Amino acid sequence: MTTLDKTLTIAVSGINNIDSPGPGIPVIRGLRESDKIRARIIGIAYENLEPGAYMHDHVDKAYKMPYPSDGVESYLERLRYIHSREHIDVLIPNFDSELFTLMKSEKILTEMGIRTFLPTLAQFEERHKANLPDYGRKYGVLVANSETLTSIADLNHIREKMEFPIVVKGKFYDAYIAYDLEQARIYFNRISAKWGLPIVVQEFIRGTEVNVIALGDGRGNTIGAVPMRKQYITDKGKAWGGITLADDTMMELTQKIMHATKWRGGMELELIRTKKDELYLIEINPRLPAWVYLAVAAGQNLPEALVRLALGEAVQPFARYDVGKMFIRYSYDMICELREFEQLSTHGEL
Amino acid sequence: MKAQQLNEEIMKIKKNLAISDTGFVFDPSTGDSYTLNPVGLELIQLIKSGQDLPAITTHITGKYDVDAIAFERYYLDFIATLRQMHLIDDNA
Repeated sequence: MTTLDKTLTIAVSGINNIDSPGPGIPVIRGLRESDKIRARIIGIAYENLEPGAYMHDHVDKAYKMPYPSDGVESYLERLRYIHSREHIDVLIPNFDSELFTLMKSEKILTEMGIRTFLPTLAQFEERHKANLPDYGRKYGVLVANSETLTSIADLNHIREKMEFPIVVKGKFYDAYIAYDLEQARIYFNRISAKWGLPIVVQEFIRGTEVNVIALGDGRGNTIGAVPMRKQYITDKGKAWGGITLADDTMMELTQKIMHATKWRGGMELELIRTKKDELYLIEINPRLPAWVYLAVAAGQNLPEALVRLALGEAVQPFARYDVGKMFIRYSYDMICELREFEQLSTHGEL
Repeated sequence: MKAQQLNEEIMKIKKNLAISDTGFVFDPSTGDSYTLNPVGLELIQLIKSGQDLPAITTHITGKYDVDAIAFERYYLDFIATLRQMHLIDDNA
């Protein structure tokens, strides 16, 4: 079954295609290349300088939104306004920080006629960095030991629980390796000033970082999964380049997690492969990652599959992907007219 | 590993390694890639074809201006590098 007979209106956030990019533009590229769906793309921007708002070949119309942290009501009110203008069929949020608000509001969205394909609140909560040790025990997965800190004083006791180096992480974003207590304090303050509390401190697992992008149908099936290794990492910890891998153990781990948790929606597993060839789970991102277009290019159009799942279509799992497919991220100076910036800044839409 | 032991066993190159005619080697399980010079490529191909050290030594010393003792030393270094790169399948 295809939906080519109708142009779908799909709202996509995370269109901040900057040096630490959101997944919005790669998701849109997947949708644009689909031969099963035809889409009009509504870009959801939180800042006036999010490049996606000005990328008119990708985004048909862009709207500014208030941050979810400004309050659910103002967020939903703005979404109602956009929906009244655009009649959104499917909403794909691409920021972790949006998910809680949208999961809580899923019933309201459904009543409005906006479909999403998100994990349940329980799925979202249990895979939090802070809950990872429990997650590992529950599902029989090797995880990095971690502690949740709500004050800097908690750091003084961390040496009793784990050895340095440790990884200091924000609840949603940012991670730094600290080699001593002084560095840990610096990173605690830096991350908490930007993203708030709590801070998660994680055991540092030595090895090679590998990642899996996956899509679960919410019934325990893995609709698609592609393993990747970052070939070069920027100073922001983001992939500059990456390559798809042939790795049965990573695929088996992904399917095991999908099956056990009945994950619904996109997901990224961040793993460390140790010298002993063990796979440690260090993080689960509850959405498609910014390198999603690599999966599309390797033969798995996961954004297209996600939209079809949101529409209630039966989607067959992808059977294969190309191994050794690479991506190299690049920057590009887009020239914009002042009147467009003015339009988005003053009217909140472009 | 001593040359004596190498004489007795045939090295196994990691099974799913992709080796192109240009000497570009891609390990699909790790994503790592390497570039071999022409002699390195020839050696890998000889090892992959199942030849043992005496056979490889005969081939190389017959083709290039190198004696068996010097070649075996280079061969040991080469094998050690392959092993360090996890390109030898020790469990095969």
